[in-house]
Amino acid sequence: MGQTISEKIFSSHIKREVTAGDILFAPLDLMMSNDASFPLVLEALQKIRGYTIKEARKLVLILDHYCPSPSREVSRIHEDIKAFAHQFGCTLYAEGEGVCHQLIPEKGHVRPGHLVIGSDSHTTTYGALNAFATGVGSTDMALAIHYGLLWFKVPLSIRIELNGNLPKGVYAKDISLHFIAKVTSRGANYHAIEFSGDALGKLSMEGRLTICNMVMETGAKAGIMPADEVCRAWLKGKGVTDVLPVTPDNDASYSREYTFDISSLEPQVAIPHQVDNVHPISEVKGKKIAMAFLGTCTNGRLEDLAVAAQILKGKRIHSGVVLVIAPASRDVMLEACNRGYIQALVESGGMLNAPGCGPCVGALGGVPADGVNVISTANRNFIGRMGNVKASIYLASPATLAASCLTGEITDPREFL
Amino acid sequence: MGIAHKFGDDINTDYIIASKRKRDTVDPKKLARFLMEDIRPGFGGTVQPGDFLVAGENFGCGSAMEIAPMVVVGAGIQAVLAKSFARTFFRNAVNLGLLLVICDTEQITGGDELALDLEQRLVRNLTRSVEIPFQPLPALMKKIVQAGGVIPFLESDEGRALLSPL
Repeated sequence: MGQTISEKIFSSHIKREVTAGDILFAPLDLMMSNDASFPLVLEALQKIRGYTIKEARKLVLILDHYCPSPSREVSRIHEDIKAFAHQFGCTLYAEGEGVCHQLIPEKGHVRPGHLVIGSDSHTTTYGALNAFATGVGSTDMALAIHYGLLWFKVPLSIRIELNGNLPKGVYAKDISLHFIAKVTSRGANYHAIEFSGDALGKLSMEGRLTICNMVMETGAKAGIMPADEVCRAWLKGKGVTDVLPVTPDNDASYSREYTFDISSLEPQVAIPHQVDNVHPISEVKGKKIAMAFLGTCTNGRLEDLAVAAQILKGKRIHSGVVLVIAPASRDVMLEACNRGYIQALVESGGMLNAPGCGPCVGALGGVPADGVNVISTANRNFIGRMGNVKASIYLASPATLAASCLTGEITDPREFL
Repeated sequence: MGIAHKFGDDINTDYIIASKRKRDTVDPKKLARFLMEDIRPGFGGTVQPGDFLVAGENFGCGSAMEIAPMVVVGAGIQAVLAKSFARTFFRNAVNLGLLLVICDTEQITGGDELALDLEQRLVRNLTRSVEIPFQPLPALMKKIVQAGGVIPFLESDEGRALLSPL
């Protein structure tokens, strides 16, 4: 019986053949934790008698959710995490380096075939690198740190085939919102999603990271893309050359299969208050907005800033709109500066935050007012998500966000491209 | 026995405990009063130890943050009953020893008095005189919950035996 990518990755990690449904303990290639989750990881670790770090080089700690610190309590957390990293010799990315799900791929920490956990649900992002990457809680992370192993149930898989050519003004975020609407927010629960189709080869790595980030919003355990030429070339650019791609067998078994032709896709918007509440732009445009947030692990990368800058360059945003920008990493921000994107965005009226999560989780750097509509390039729009239960969040691509900033209402970006 | 507190589908972890609350403290006992506050203000104050949370599909979707089931435990909830659970909430709850019951919750209304019969695998709705069967957890997960969570389980003889060949 053929194996899926997930079955192959688990099989190779425990050196025997496994099938979906099997429950096992497996060693990990990488563990990631951040300032939102590590305090609880530390607490859980302290419950393990005589806790140690099995392999410090596999643990990466990142300060991203609450940076720069908005309170003395959070500053204390940051100090504790830095002390821990220093004491045990784990890799640390301190305040201002960027968001976890950008730094991990950016710095070359993941490669095809890896089994990766992060104490943050959007760890699924790294599946774009043909790895099995999944979010876990603090107790799981503590177990993994101490034992070097974690228990898993090998998931069933769903296949999503993406075919066709992305039309102008339509991006990976729109593809993501579209399939989330079809699969639904719980449709992929307990499943890994495998992507295939002729559209994939034409998607940049940044676009693939966006898609695998958004996969979490279907309830999936992981979202895995093939390690094709584009992926291998990207990894080579980071000095990663010993790559063993994992491909599914032709007779692998899937619970469900979806096929999407993206050639006729419109820009998409997730309307309040669920990520799968998706509508094409034609049904949503005209909705007044008062705030826009460009950034996050979903869409805070160079291409995202580029398209927003292209639309906003030489223009002023609508007087009724507050625009907050948070590049996904320091490197992204610096390169965006070099290319004039930051200049264009700030000159148009945007406010630049330090690289970090901030407004996405209502932590700092941009909390919406009562009764307003926010357009955001993030991945969640639940009530209260951005720190105000009386604000409503619309999720969209950076291009849709930029066009909407100009008009003060949700706008089709194709009118400006 | 305890009172059922009924919720709908897709109750996400941000509703269980708001992001802004967990920024400054992660003490579940302190956060318990904020349980579900964004969708039911003041709810935390109505929960008595031994009560049940009862929900529809996909309970606990959203973030992987363990603080969500921890706050449920901190509020004294005896078990969460739902038609289905989101993956990370499910495993976080198992790891913490929080009992999760997958069953048809249509037959439970908020305010009903419930009792759990783990041996017979039944939820007894004492108010409506209805018995609702539920499926058992997979063997390993059941042992973890019974041990009070995965950390005590792995420190037990059985847990140690499971890990030693690896």
